[in-house]
Amino acid sequence: MTLLWIGDALLIVVVLPIVIYLLNATLKAAQSIVPSVRSITATAAAGSKDLDAAALLLTTQDQVSRTVAGVADYGGSLDVIVDDAEVVS
Amino acid sequence: MTVYAIPAAGWVLILAVLLIVLALVYYLVSTIFALRKITTGLDEVIGSVTEIVQKSAPVNDVVNAINKDLDAGVDMLEALLVKKAGLVDAVGLVDGLYPGAAAAGFRNFPESTKVDAPRISEVYTKGTLTLARLGREAPIAIGNPAGPALRNVTAASLSAKVLYSDVRHTGPERLPRSPVIGTDSPVQYEQREDVGQPRKRMPARNP
Repeated sequence: MTLLWIGDALLIVVVLPIVIYLLNATLKAAQSIVPSVRSITATAAAGSKDLDAAALLLTTQDQVSRTVAGVADYGGSLDVIVDDAEVVS
Repeated sequence: MTVYAIPAAGWVLILAVLLIVLALVYYLVSTIFALRKITTGLDEVIGSVTEIVQKSAPVNDVVNAINKDLDAGVDMLEALLVKKAGLVDAVGLVDGLYPGAAAAGFRNFPESTKVDAPRISEVYTKGTLTLARLGREAPIAIGNPAGPALRNVTAASLSAKVLYSDVRHTGPERLPRSPVIGTDSPVQYEQREDVGQPRKRMPARNP
């Protein structure tokens, strides 16, 4: 009977607090991840929204191509109408 | 039916085990809910990241193509500037527009970094400087957020005229009249006495 009382005391004084401590630490760790995941979710969504303008790069590419073609025509005309520099020997 | 008498220590043992089980249930269920929230959030993150990957996939190719076009334009303008102005004057022109740029030189002319840039901006006309400036400041898009384009691709003639202080391109109603010259001009100047006279001889130099 005495051993049974000792076992009860150990269970209540030692085992139960340890179990509660460990489970509480696990729960706090899991709950601390939730805000971080929420902020990551918001950031990822904002990043995805920012990249909506990436499609406009195709327009920019077309504009650049046409501008460079215009500059090339302009340069070709300048090459014809402006004399070359004299070569200094 | 046999009823076993449970001692007090046994009841305490049952109570302790029951407490432990209750603690396990409470904390483990709370942990499960927290992990479910994390899983839901991570699913949304995965969706957004997948969108980012899909949207940014063609960016590299497009930017490389844009850079290729711009490189070709810069190469052409640099070559044209060097061909028309000469390497030394071209470096001077660029350095006059962008002080310190002569140290970087031209990309396709490595020897340009060794050129001692002359002060060329006082010699060349504004138009020449404008042409040189176009090589580095030409707008790549009509909707330039920096303001109106220095050179409008579709109306280059008018844009070039706007660069000058002359007001004729604005179509004013009255322009200042040209000066009248000649014998009946409103402003007469005294005739110089030495005009038409023999040229004065300078004293002979001593050898």
